[in-house]
Amino acid sequence: MNASRLSTVNIVALTIGFAFLYVPILILIVFSFNESRLVTVWAGFSTKWYAALLENRQIMDAAWITLRVAIVSATVATIIGTLAGLTLARFVRFRGRTLFTGMIYAPLVMPEVITGLALLLLFVALDWDRGYWTVTLAHATFSMAYVAVIVQSRLVGFDRSLEEAAMDLGATPLRTFFAVTLTLIAPALIAGWLLAFTLSLDDLVIASFASGPGATTLPMRIYSQVRLGVTPEINAISTILIAIVACGAVAATLVQKRSLVLRRRAEAAARADV
Amino acid sequence: MNDTRTPRARIEPWNDPAASAYVRVEGIAKSFGAQVAVANVDLAIHKGEFFSLLGPSGCGKTTLLRMLAGFETPDAGRILIDGADMTGVPPHRRPVNMMFQSYALFPHMTVEQNIAFGLRQDGAPKAEIADRVAEMLALVKLDGFGRRKPHQLSGGQRQRVALARALVKKPKLLLLDEPLGALDRRLREHTQFELVNIQERLGITFIIVTHDQEEAMTMSSRMAVMEHGAIRQVGTPAEVYERPASRFVAEFLGDANIIEGRVTSSANGRLQIAAEAAGCTIAVDGDGLAAGAPCAVAFRPEKLTLAKDQPADTSSNAVAGTVFDIAYLGDMSVYHVRTDAGATLRVAAANSQRMIERPITWDDRVWVTWAPGAGVVLDR
Repeated sequence: MNASRLSTVNIVALTIGFAFLYVPILILIVFSFNESRLVTVWAGFSTKWYAALLENRQIMDAAWITLRVAIVSATVATIIGTLAGLTLARFVRFRGRTLFTGMIYAPLVMPEVITGLALLLLFVALDWDRGYWTVTLAHATFSMAYVAVIVQSRLVGFDRSLEEAAMDLGATPLRTFFAVTLTLIAPALIAGWLLAFTLSLDDLVIASFASGPGATTLPMRIYSQVRLGVTPEINAISTILIAIVACGAVAATLVQKRSLVLRRRAEAAARADV
Repeated sequence: MNDTRTPRARIEPWNDPAASAYVRVEGIAKSFGAQVAVANVDLAIHKGEFFSLLGPSGCGKTTLLRMLAGFETPDAGRILIDGADMTGVPPHRRPVNMMFQSYALFPHMTVEQNIAFGLRQDGAPKAEIADRVAEMLALVKLDGFGRRKPHQLSGGQRQRVALARALVKKPKLLLLDEPLGALDRRLREHTQFELVNIQERLGITFIIVTHDQEEAMTMSSRMAVMEHGAIRQVGTPAEVYERPASRFVAEFLGDANIIEGRVTSSANGRLQIAAEAAGCTIAVDGDGLAAGAPCAVAFRPEKLTLAKDQPADTSSNAVAGTVFDIAYLGDMSVYHVRTDAGATLRVAAANSQRMIERPITWDDRVWVTWAPGAGVVLDR
């Protein structure tokens, strides 16, 4: 009985699958450490392109804008998404609930081009100058749907009597919300924020529509430079982006799982005590 | 606090017309959509009582409790606690605390923080909070567990933390929603007595919701039996058991043989009832029914006597039959007797002697007899 063991077939399948996914990225990472200016010819290990990045004002500006957009839009998305998630999970019956649920989920499957175009039309109609704030708003708009979904799933198994107990013991509804509800769903909020952050960090399509002069984000900058030819600098900045996004995604997963693991461990300890 | 335990005085304020109720429920009704949960309930509960709301699931007992706590708003009626109208008061402003069926302990707080939560909401000084928490931990015998998180405790310990947390604010009224439901049988029996002891020591009025009749009978000073959102009977456990007002109460609380018949004569507080379905004549204490009125009489199985020999007087309160089933329960046996007229009676007999060989066994011809006070004429 070695169902959990890896057979040869499994190993081959796994290798092909992962190769399919990660060989391009791996090549990019490897060539970001290439000595040569020619992207496809290996000429020895070097980190000089990382150093060159720091000198490149355009890229550093774009990175700074991207970071600010990501942090602010993730925060806005977390606040609005949490409220939406709470509503979805809590108010089981109200007029138009199905419509509301569908409308919250729609941005998850909506083609980004359409979301971007719609936002562009809105900003034009409102006669807003496109720039930092319009990108931030656009990112918050599409990432709040993800936060709402995460928060809602966290609230599905939430024991309402915990909130009732807090109120019963004299806590006002507002205090109950902060001391009990929000504290207990905090891991979902953190995970949602991290997800929104990484979504904003690597978005190109919506940013291209919603952004304007002076607010070029990093993916936009990379894209426009690549059209003129791939330089090792681009490889270097892409490697850094990959690292940040991977960290964000892994952290989001870990935060979600951590509370569960800690709880199981504590319960096991309690059983051993008895 | 009164530390020395005074012997339980037989105070029965519900029998004293001058005593005023501490908790008063007046004409309370509550519906969820088309579903009537509580229909026009009146209750008067006195200070220091251990009062049970008993009934099958869906009878509205939990809804009534939640209205006392303030989690549900009644559609009609009033709730008064210690003279103050509580009907529109939100839960956090009521002098009432509740112990939840799921215990609802805050998982992110330690035992101490859980117990201190209520006092902190009132802004009590730190030293006082620490004292009260220590006092409560001692009361529920959990000294030394203050730093643990709820998931590091056993079910019984969690139950006691929930009790301590609900008692720490010295509420005027403590509501308990199936407080022992999650415990195993042995722990439950032990905890029943502990709960009563704590209640007597603190003198706090307890209202408990339970579907377990044994639990209600063991602990309560009085109980209310509920069905379909209405209260069917209120009384001490003995009153309700010995004098059930209706067929529902008789059958829900314990076991009952119900024999239907027709009154043939009524004189001197004694009714003569002809029960053709069972094939006997019943003489029972009671009045208020005219001759010819249909009625039902309930007999508790342990009030019936089983004998092989024919009694001297078989004109009433005796019926002949055949044993067709015996349920051996260890401490007692329940004999199922089919009377010659075809009715089935359950007769309980204590097994005071070792029953290796039964004096009465299957297919034996037997006589079932009872005293005139054994039966209860049911109102409905």
